[in-house]
Amino acid sequence: MFAFIVSRLLQALPVMLTVSLISFAMFAYVGDPVAIMLGQDYTEAQRQALIRDLGLDQPFFVQFWEFLKNAAQGNFGLSYRLARPVSDLILERMPATLELSFSAAFLALAIGVPMGVYTGLYRESWLSRLFLTISLIGVSLPTFLIGILLILIFAVTLGILPSFGRGETVLVGGWWTTGFLTASGLKALILPSVTLGLFQMTLIMRLVRSEMLEVLRTDYIKFARARGLTNRAIHFGHALKNTLVPVITITGLQLGAIIAFAIVTETVFQWPGMGLLFIQAVANADIPIMAAYLMMIALLFVLINLVVDLLYYLVDPRLRGSLIGSAR
Amino acid sequence: MAGEAPATEAAVVQPAPAAPGRMGPVARFFDSDLWYSFSRSPLTVVSAVVALALIGGAVFAPVLAPHNPFDLATLDLMDAFNPPAWMEGGTARFLFGTDDQGRDVLSTIMYGARISLFVGFCSVLFAMTLGVTIGLVAGFVGGTTDAVLMRIADIKLTFPAILVALLVDGLVRAALPRELHDRIALWVVIFAIGISNWVQYARTVRGSTLVEKNKEYVMAARVIGLSPARIMTRHVLPNVMGPVLVIATLNLGFAILAEATLSFLGVGVPPTQPSLGTLIRIGNDFLFSGEWWITVFPGITLALMVLSVNLLGDWLRDALNPKLR
Amino acid sequence: MPLLEVNNLRVEFPTRRGVLTAVDDVSFTIDEGEVLGVVGESGAGKSITGAAIIRLIEPPGRIAGGEIRLNGRRIDTLPPEEMRRVRGRQIGAIFQDPLTTLNPLYSIGRQLVETMQTHLGLSDREARARAIRWLEDVGIPGAAQRIDSYPHQFSGGMRQRVVIALALCAEPRLVIADEPTTALDVSIQAQVIALLKRLCREHGTAVMLITHDMGVIAETADRVAVMYAGRIAEIGPVREVVKNARHPYTEGLMGSIPPLTHRVARLRQIDGAMPRLTDIPKGCAFNPRCGRAFDRCRSERPELMATGGPSRAACWLYAEGGHARDAA
Repeated sequence: MFAFIVSRLLQALPVMLTVSLISFAMFAYVGDPVAIMLGQDYTEAQRQALIRDLGLDQPFFVQFWEFLKNAAQGNFGLSYRLARPVSDLILERMPATLELSFSAAFLALAIGVPMGVYTGLYRESWLSRLFLTISLIGVSLPTFLIGILLILIFAVTLGILPSFGRGETVLVGGWWTTGFLTASGLKALILPSVTLGLFQMTLIMRLVRSEMLEVLRTDYIKFARARGLTNRAIHFGHALKNTLVPVITITGLQLGAIIAFAIVTETVFQWPGMGLLFIQAVANADIPIMAAYLMMIALLFVLINLVVDLLYYLVDPRLRGSLIGSAR
Repeated sequence: MAGEAPATEAAVVQPAPAAPGRMGPVARFFDSDLWYSFSRSPLTVVSAVVALALIGGAVFAPVLAPHNPFDLATLDLMDAFNPPAWMEGGTARFLFGTDDQGRDVLSTIMYGARISLFVGFCSVLFAMTLGVTIGLVAGFVGGTTDAVLMRIADIKLTFPAILVALLVDGLVRAALPRELHDRIALWVVIFAIGISNWVQYARTVRGSTLVEKNKEYVMAARVIGLSPARIMTRHVLPNVMGPVLVIATLNLGFAILAEATLSFLGVGVPPTQPSLGTLIRIGNDFLFSGEWWITVFPGITLALMVLSVNLLGDWLRDALNPKLR
Repeated sequence: MPLLEVNNLRVEFPTRRGVLTAVDDVSFTIDEGEVLGVVGESGAGKSITGAAIIRLIEPPGRIAGGEIRLNGRRIDTLPPEEMRRVRGRQIGAIFQDPLTTLNPLYSIGRQLVETMQTHLGLSDREARARAIRWLEDVGIPGAAQRIDSYPHQFSGGMRQRVVIALALCAEPRLVIADEPTTALDVSIQAQVIALLKRLCREHGTAVMLITHDMGVIAETADRVAVMYAGRIAEIGPVREVVKNARHPYTEGLMGSIPPLTHRVARLRQIDGAMPRLTDIPKGCAFNPRCGRAFDRCRSERPELMATGGPSRAACWLYAEGGHARDAA
């Protein structure tokens, strides 16, 4: 098992390296940081001085190495536009995004999985058809449109939920700001989480359903029926367990997608998270923020993949153990 | 009587039934299982009709649209903020109302749908070409090339497509001077979305290629001395296209959504060629002041478009799936 | 009274090209402890007959006529819950592919215990002890340790032994074995068949052995039914059918098996192929390929009739009180 973890970590290295390379390349070749930082009027001497300061006259690999060292310490320099350290900006915004993402993921799982199981088992019932129709709509509506519609209904027309911002937050543990502990914080969380989670929820539901249908067609389910096992044992014992195993992987990956789609949700609701920061950076060609966000997301995804792989390993006995008895 | 063998009860083999007359391709299509399952599913038929209507309206926008929203000469600020025709204050001239500049919403939707569909189709085409090529090469050539390509695919797969699209778009935006970027922005978006979504094609084609590679007709072609490129394109490719088309149809919905998202975020198509996403973004500003139609109608159109494409894709996938027959 | 009675069974599959009759007016009986072989080419309807008996036909297929009686009681019209109790406890089933018949996520011990507890109401300890004994009976070495292993840790032959244990552990009176050795290595086939034969004899279990392998039938069965195009062509004691085949199809089958005792110049083969179930010829289904067909064969469908010996055949050659009509 240890070997397993190590091998997975080693596999993650090329990913991180590639991403670092891309991030660095953005710094090195895109735009002219010197010009951006110096503004309009500057002398050649000032320019040369800045170049030396920033180490831009060093060969490629030296610069890359410096970049990696800095990155490992979380130092990505200053934002071109806001002139503040990027790491500060990101740390400031991270709790908002993470709380939003986890709420959305929780919603997606808590509703998506049972719905998927139900529609897989009881294919013909009207409730299944209803769920499927809703899911089809959910998959076809872009996240931002859902957000806008929700705002239209709950904020503009009914006026019961806020349409932007995080509400009041509480400082916890030194630097983490949480919205879970205040009423306004929780209220502000509702619309964005639903928006963010709806797409994932429908995806999970459809996935669970199709897995369930596949499993119900297998030989071992047929054999279980032929042995006269109860429907409950077959559906919730055999079928469910086999369905959930591949669902774990996909769900883990979906967590990554949620964090990415948070960008859109944060834009619609003006939620002060990393996503909003990123999109503003894209619009303003603010490379340091883009690079830092990229690396962080990569790290996060790698970690998520690792956890998912571990879970898979624990749950599916086929991945452990060896063959007993040879050609008998 | 010479020459006439007595009828015996020995092996009287019944003559084979006459081969059915060769049907033309149109007749064959309507007789096929595909059409059967299509015509039996009312939902699919409805979605096909809706999709055709939307596509038709979009493609023929210059002809069908009641106004040309981009002809500045016809715009009158006095027409701004008209509500839809069936509401108080609306006129039949502007069926879905007007926006802040006096443009007819219905016309902007038709032109916008045009852009949305164009970007969607092109990016799917691009992704398909890229993915199929990579898949063919990886599967056929094998070895290190295969390993490297698949590794790249894996790395790409760790990132959600929307993020890749955003990133590519952002990079190009930062790399090019502004005027140049504005001119080719449309193609940048197509490129960004296409490159964010090629892996599915590559993987599927690679799998099929690996299977086909060992079949006798490929070995025969090799023995004859056909070049690998030719074998790949003329012989293997037609056999792997089926699932690719299903993926493409399903991806079309995603591509349209991706473009809409990018444009909504402000990093998509240029403002001179607004897509449905751009329209929604513009309209969003007026949501709170009560002019909801500027954003809602483009939204509904977008939703209908993607919904019908998704339904068609779903049906196509089920119809072509041998396991479900 | 025979253990199992199948009378005029008819199984249909509605397709868009019309109704397909996979099993057409099939009747036979199985006595207590008897082994009935059901042999025929692929597509002859053997597996579907077996599936019909335990009511596990995949929709849209359905039983369209006839009756099935177990110990005199009709089981084809039982409500689903009652039928479930019959499966496993009264009638067991063994399927073809041991690699897919066992749930990969459950240990074999768990699958055995579950089956026994469903039908026999044993305590955990008792069930486990019995499970170990069953595994020993079917020849799994080190059963007490292996009981918690997973299916993927066993080879194909071993897995099929586990499947046999699972089919017999609830002590059914009849076992339907559908191609139990077809997916196994030739060297293992004999062992597994011998095991099945021995266990069934010891427990007094009747067997309906479905296969296309005449060799297995000759070795194992007491009586054999030869199926063709959804109908029974001939049925009788094994030695009779093999040595003195009555139906021309059976003759052809026997003639196409290479004999071990002497050399033959060529293997006889039957010209043509079994018809597709959508194109069954009028009258006797075999008539287009039959060397001795005459007018009546092409217009009237023959019932199973006496042939002057212990077997019965569905052939007009025996229409007059059981003597073969001489060919011209």
